[in-house]
Amino acid sequence: MTTTETPDILRRILDYSARADPYPLYAELRETPVALQEDGSYVISAYRELTGILHDPHLSSDVRHLSRPMAAAEARTTPSFINLDPPEHDRLRRLAMRHFGPPHTPGLVTGMEPDLTATVSGLIDDFAGKQQIDIVDDFAYPFPVTVICHLLGVPREDEPQFHVWVNAIIDSLDYDPRTDPKEKLDNGVQATTDLREYLGGLLEQRHGRPGDDLLTRLANDDGPDGRMTDDEIVSTANLLLIAGHETTVNLIANGMLTLLRHPRVLQRLRDEPDLIVPLVEELLRYEPPVHIIPWRAAYSDITVADTVIPKGSQIMLMLASGSRDPDRFHDPDRFDPDRQDNQHLGFGSGIHLCFGGPLARLETQIALTELVRRLDRPRLVADPPPYRPSPILRGPIHLHIEQSQ
Amino acid sequence: MTSADTLKGFKRDGRVVIVGASLAGLRAAEALRDEGFTGSLTMIGDELGEPYDRPPLSKQVLTGWVPAGGTTLPRRRDINAEWLLGVPADGLDLATNHVHLADGREVPFDRVLISTGVRARPWFVETEAALDGVFVVRTREHADGLQRALASGPSRVLVIGAGFTGSEIASICRERDIPVTVAELAPAPLVGALGAVIGDVAADMQRAHGVDLRCGVKVTQLEGDAQGRFHRAHFDDGSTIDADVAVVALGGIRNTEWLRDSGLAAGPWGIACDTGCRALDLNGLITDDIFVAGDVARCPNPIYEYRLISLEHWVNAVEQAQVAAHNMVSAQADRWPHLSIPTFWSIQFGVNIKSVGVPTFADEVVVTQGSVPDRRFVAAYGYQGRVTAAVSFNNAKWLDHYRQLIETAAPFPPPCPTPDEPVDAKPVPVDFPGPRLLAQGATVVVTGHDPGERRVTAAWQHR
Ligand SMILES: Cc1cc2nc3c(=O)[nH]c(=O)nc-3n(C[C@H](O)[C@H](O)[C@H](O)COP(=O)(O)OP(=O)(O)OC[C@H]3O[C@@H](n4cnc5c(N)ncnc54)[C@H](O)[C@@H]3O)c2cc1C
Repeated sequence: MTTTETPDILRRILDYSARADPYPLYAELRETPVALQEDGSYVISAYRELTGILHDPHLSSDVRHLSRPMAAAEARTTPSFINLDPPEHDRLRRLAMRHFGPPHTPGLVTGMEPDLTATVSGLIDDFAGKQQIDIVDDFAYPFPVTVICHLLGVPREDEPQFHVWVNAIIDSLDYDPRTDPKEKLDNGVQATTDLREYLGGLLEQRHGRPGDDLLTRLANDDGPDGRMTDDEIVSTANLLLIAGHETTVNLIANGMLTLLRHPRVLQRLRDEPDLIVPLVEELLRYEPPVHIIPWRAAYSDITVADTVIPKGSQIMLMLASGSRDPDRFHDPDRFDPDRQDNQHLGFGSGIHLCFGGPLARLETQIALTELVRRLDRPRLVADPPPYRPSPILRGPIHLHIEQSQ
Repeated sequence: MTSADTLKGFKRDGRVVIVGASLAGLRAAEALRDEGFTGSLTMIGDELGEPYDRPPLSKQVLTGWVPAGGTTLPRRRDINAEWLLGVPADGLDLATNHVHLADGREVPFDRVLISTGVRARPWFVETEAALDGVFVVRTREHADGLQRALASGPSRVLVIGAGFTGSEIASICRERDIPVTVAELAPAPLVGALGAVIGDVAADMQRAHGVDLRCGVKVTQLEGDAQGRFHRAHFDDGSTIDADVAVVALGGIRNTEWLRDSGLAAGPWGIACDTGCRALDLNGLITDDIFVAGDVARCPNPIYEYRLISLEHWVNAVEQAQVAAHNMVSAQADRWPHLSIPTFWSIQFGVNIKSVGVPTFADEVVVTQGSVPDRRFVAAYGYQGRVTAAVSFNNAKWLDHYRQLIETAAPFPPPCPTPDEPVDAKPVPVDFPGPRLLAQGATVVVTGHDPGERRVTAAWQHR
């Protein structure tokens, strides 16, 4: 029997005090790979069980299949494909992918390389003369945000406004009615409405106009699957904007932090720039930006490791824990960019495998390579740095470093 | 000397010979070096040139995207081998441990790996097979010739045999806007490998793309003109068809003839071996120095009742090569079994077809997810009430789940609804046309006895 009640560990993981180092708690959690919670939900934390359920067609991403309705703000809007099941998920993802990746738009991501490098260089140029740099505010945040705004066709000047909305939405993602003030949820709901309204306004201007950005392409192009409705485009843009906001920021910040904690690897990266490719993969395993998929639903009874999860149950997937499972990865708590067979869960797995993965990889590869190349003997000011509140999208809120002048 | 010393000595300066220098042979050679084998390594191959990859030959090469010469297999590491290319091996002497080459040379070995694969089954009338415009597709020379014939704008192409290779070639013809007729003895394409239900889907797909598909017919004669160019084919129903190109896609013949007098259990279905890739002799005894990998191997698998299974699958060749190489340089207790669940893929008519398990090892099939009319679905195969295989059309990401069902002998049909459930999810008989046809077009042949044991649970491999 793999199921026991372990509400305690989960509560400790979600508590802010665990943010800097949740990994020992994950290890404790993995002792019960499928753990039933007091409220009837299930937490899955071991690698094999996670990959099993991520490929299980009985697992639903559509929260409308939960027997107990969920609170989060996302539940109240038209779902984007991340919160849908096949066939709708497949159709919308395919429609979006037509404009984002192969086979119809190959080379979009790799073609962005010169622009990405230029953006990164510009940001690092601005470090000149600064004694202290905040890797988050001065670099890891503005970089991917600039990129996703450009890609979608969202005016960069509006960024401060939707930064506020995105923060409120992210904040409400891990809303817990038992501990959180209702205000947190209300803010999230309001921000979702405002952001959708804003994107809807942008979209309206794009109909019937030529243009190369994603919003314009989605608004005007008819593929074999037909066209997305305006509502669907707004949901898709909303998803890409939010996903493009917080995840890559955390990946870059976690990456720099990890390198500063492993000076020998940092030096190696300086000497062998090609190391960056496996290094980013190892980072996605070791310090991933997305730690938890908080709500999936059992569409019918699902059997995981001899435990039957009843239909309608909420299922929480502890991805970051799976990527540190010693039953799957040799010496999992060691950061080892030479690791072989590194099939981490950093981008999830199965049909919802991260849509933006190729872009996030490239952004992070360029960002870390350039930081390491151009910073002169960088030092951490505080270790651990202060973290964002979210246990789901986990990363430092600031990462202050000093460099020699 | 202890056996540990012997093994050490062999690893340091033993002699390994690999016969068949293609995918399995090259990957095994690399794995041997990875495992620390520093002795002499000889690669014997009857083809000239570096080992290359075959799946693109019926896909990217025929569209003209990739030149036939551009499919060289990537080298993962230096193997420091002696290459004896362009000459076939024509005998194996187990008494003296020598490989005989057709040019009379003899190559001594301590251990040998046999990976001679299969060759294309030629058209059964030699003079007709020799006509200009008649092709098979197994080597890069074949693919190069066919791609040039397609590029010259033939009025029509006739594909004989609608297995995977034949169907892929038909798909490319349509992609290149070349009229194509496909002749298949079975009632539908892919039937030999995937059964009648999927065969019907494949038939619809071909017709929807403008293929002139003729099933249940036999091509009896390929007729040439005065210049010796193929121009017409005759069918057993008396009809004829005019075309400039005929592609004979009737499956493969295993390259085992050269082993006829070796005393190994080698024959038309391949070379029998144990799960450690060690060849069996005619009496079923394990020969400890003779290893087999790839298309030519017949390997038992507990999930399929330990029947000996021959697979013409790329992944299988790579995995067996790794296991064989490891076992060649390991002590008995450290050896690995090759127990993986087969996977296969194909791309045709814009659809990505992928399978796990052995679909021919089934009595029933059911569509479990998606929609057949939309050509995006998963079908599960069952044998006596347990799941034994699955096939996906444009839905490959789910197959890991079915792999798990196969590994755990999960009940068939798989229960409970999924969000993307097809309207009619009833199991139906799998309907294979029988062993006669199986040998012609199938990529998988299951042979062996039928013990009563049904339930198997795969052991998790730790490497
Ligand atoms: C056109 C085509 C498309 C394919 N598409 C797919 C696909 O989409 N997916 C998939 O999973 N698989 C596919 N396959 C199958 C895959 O290519 C094979 O499984 C794989 O090549 C097997 O490798 P192998 O090394 O065992 O045998 P082979 O590749 O057949 O190599 C055997 C080698 O041994 C040589 N040889 C034979 N006899 C002798 C001798 N006596 N002496 C010396 N050398 C000898 C042969 O000439 C050859 O070079 C395809 C195959 C073909 C031909």
